[in-house]
Amino acid sequence: MSDKSEQQRLSVFKTYKLYVGGKFPRSESGRVYEVTTRTSAAGAAGKDKWLANAPLSSRKDARDAVVAARKAFGGWSGATAYNRGQILYRVAEMLEGRKSQFVHEVADAEGLSKSKAAAQVEATIDRWVWYAGWTDKIAQVVGGPNPVAGPYFNISSPEPTGVVAVLAPQESSFLGLVSVLAPVIATGNTAVVIASERSPLPALSLGEVLATSDVPGGVVNVLSGRTAEIAAPLAAHQDVNAIDLAGADDVLAKELEIAAADNLKRVLRPQPVDDWSAMPGTDRMTAFLETKTVWHPTGSLGASGSSY
Amino acid sequence: MASAFEYAPAPESRAIVDIAPSYGLFIDGEFTEAADGRVFKTVSPASEEVLSEIAQAGEADVDRAVLAARKAFEKWSALPGAERAKYLFRIARIVQERSRELAVLETLDNGKPIKETRDADLPLVAAHFFYYAGWADKLDHAGFGANPRPLGVAGQVIPWNFPLLMLAWKIAPALATGNTVVLKPAETTPLSALFFADICRQAGLPKGVVNILPGYGDTGAALVAHPDVNKVAFTGSTAVGKEIAKTVAGSRKKLTLELGGKGANIVFDDAPIDQAVEGIVNGIFFNQGQVCCAGSRLLVQESVQDELLDSLKRRLSTLRLGDPLDKNTDIGAINSEEQLTRITSLVERGESEGAERWSPACELPSAGYWFAPTLFTNVTQAHTVARDEIFGPVLSVLTFRTPDEAVAKANNTPYGLSAGIWTEKGSRILAVANKLRAGVVWSNTFNKFDPASPFGGYKESGFGREGGRHGLEAYLDV
Repeated sequence: MSDKSEQQRLSVFKTYKLYVGGKFPRSESGRVYEVTTRTSAAGAAGKDKWLANAPLSSRKDARDAVVAARKAFGGWSGATAYNRGQILYRVAEMLEGRKSQFVHEVADAEGLSKSKAAAQVEATIDRWVWYAGWTDKIAQVVGGPNPVAGPYFNISSPEPTGVVAVLAPQESSFLGLVSVLAPVIATGNTAVVIASERSPLPALSLGEVLATSDVPGGVVNVLSGRTAEIAAPLAAHQDVNAIDLAGADDVLAKELEIAAADNLKRVLRPQPVDDWSAMPGTDRMTAFLETKTVWHPTGSLGASGSSY
Repeated sequence: MASAFEYAPAPESRAIVDIAPSYGLFIDGEFTEAADGRVFKTVSPASEEVLSEIAQAGEADVDRAVLAARKAFEKWSALPGAERAKYLFRIARIVQERSRELAVLETLDNGKPIKETRDADLPLVAAHFFYYAGWADKLDHAGFGANPRPLGVAGQVIPWNFPLLMLAWKIAPALATGNTVVLKPAETTPLSALFFADICRQAGLPKGVVNILPGYGDTGAALVAHPDVNKVAFTGSTAVGKEIAKTVAGSRKKLTLELGGKGANIVFDDAPIDQAVEGIVNGIFFNQGQVCCAGSRLLVQESVQDELLDSLKRRLSTLRLGDPLDKNTDIGAINSEEQLTRITSLVERGESEGAERWSPACELPSAGYWFAPTLFTNVTQAHTVARDEIFGPVLSVLTFRTPDEAVAKANNTPYGLSAGIWTEKGSRILAVANKLRAGVVWSNTFNKFDPASPFGGYKESGFGREGGRHGLEAYLDV
């Protein structure tokens, strides 16, 4: 983008908004905060470039997002796994088409070169594909019949736990975000995700992709702002079933885990991740699954036949 | 049949599909003539109209195709699973996009009703590729240990009853696990496999990964006998399956066989009769009964026999037989003259052995191959129609008094592919299912298929499973 072309035409800025219940609201608080490019050299020199004013979400925004996520849970968890898989794959298709936008945003957000940002975005697209394939397989890997010692049919199946609050990783604004978000929704949970505090723009733009990928409104809700401020009411919220603390530091993680204990939320503690592009396992899915075991008498072929 | 149900014709348009006057073999990414120049015609069984002229693969072509698949194997198997997955996802999506075209094509070439190709075959084909696409990068999680390896070149021979679906069942797991394939479609239904070759082109699939060799039984025999084939997968008759098992004996070829059946559909006295009747009709008249897992033996508890048969006959009288492209058609054409002859002779044998034959009033079209839905009552276990797979719209009705008798009769067959159980009582379903020697047991439903669900037989219905996590094993060196 040369100065000359900018003189010829003034570009149109995007107003970054939250993504809640399938809509794009501003923060109910009316607050915003300044998001800048991220390069350590520029930062040291005090020359970070202004990128946007992102919504600074409030407690109320967090609660609204939980209401939206709860409302979406029945439909999303009740959809067939095949259907969820196709929708996640559709997200990958939509992202592929908007790759250049995200390369640009990730490069700015994380201070990466174009080629490194492109690698991040490509890995992110492939991550959606990876989890699209898991929707109808996870039950075959972690569930199954149990050979109990009696005339009973006994089978254990995984079920989504419900509404999951997700603190996205602070450093990896897009690949890290999708790496923690996709496994939550693949299995049928709905999510309230807090974007990287410093670099929320790729997450906010992801909402635009999700909105055009057949993902029902409310399945994913994206909030930006101060992680600690938004996470506290989510961790204490009685209608949130689980929380992923990936984006919390040790002090905040402990506070949130204590708050989460009040209704025994499932807690996934922050784990050190050097490289988000490494192949994931199944642990981020199983962390937010319940196991349901059903017993049913089988009768038996006794001599009398009466047990049929 | 003049009745209260007069329907206006509602034909699906043929215009959506463009069938070329001739097709070649698909080898190494190119359409090519057979080395000896032989061709055969494929006809529409509903009209006997010639649809196209197809190159007929001989031994030299099998050689070429296996060589192409062998060459492609090295790179294909070395691709990261995630990349193979994306090819298969592409194929799944293109099948979805082109599904109406393929449904019309399949109906023309096979003779089955458009409502089946449109609502069953094609959605299942796309779903099968989608499902196995997802496995390609998750094989470490499939329960076969870390980094399970593919076998190499798979030689696959498929039947004419679900041409594209059987192709999907064969090709999707083979490619997901890193094998390359040479597939022979049936001589009466080669077209959808050749259209699939075009889908491979659109998906950018590397050359040689999928090779399609139309031909007759001798082509299939040459393929399974080829020394450089590592895996043989066959769906078809038990007689041919046994021949193939003998052919590969002593080699290191891994073999899976999905063969015939004589499925029992067991109806207990507490079953909801209307629901059971729908299941029985679906079980034996879906695809004109040309289904290996068809519920071709109805075992009904004596006390409800009369009520059930009255209801069943009433229902059969409403089935609409005719133009397969008509959206209201329930029963289409028999796939070939040869198959019609076989059905006819078995049914005549049933009559001569003393079973009582019944069909609804049903006018058959003058051209094409047709057989009216047929019931046999007064059938004993010794009757040919209770023992042999007819592979047509013919149901044999037997009775039982106790659950043990039902199980004994259901298992009294060399086959063991499918069975159905109709009762309101859950514990009875599970107890009976436990005792049935059959690979798939449907309770209070029938003929349900899903890519996540393994399918395959006990006993002489073959071995190995297709579908689900289990379906991977057939294509892995485990």
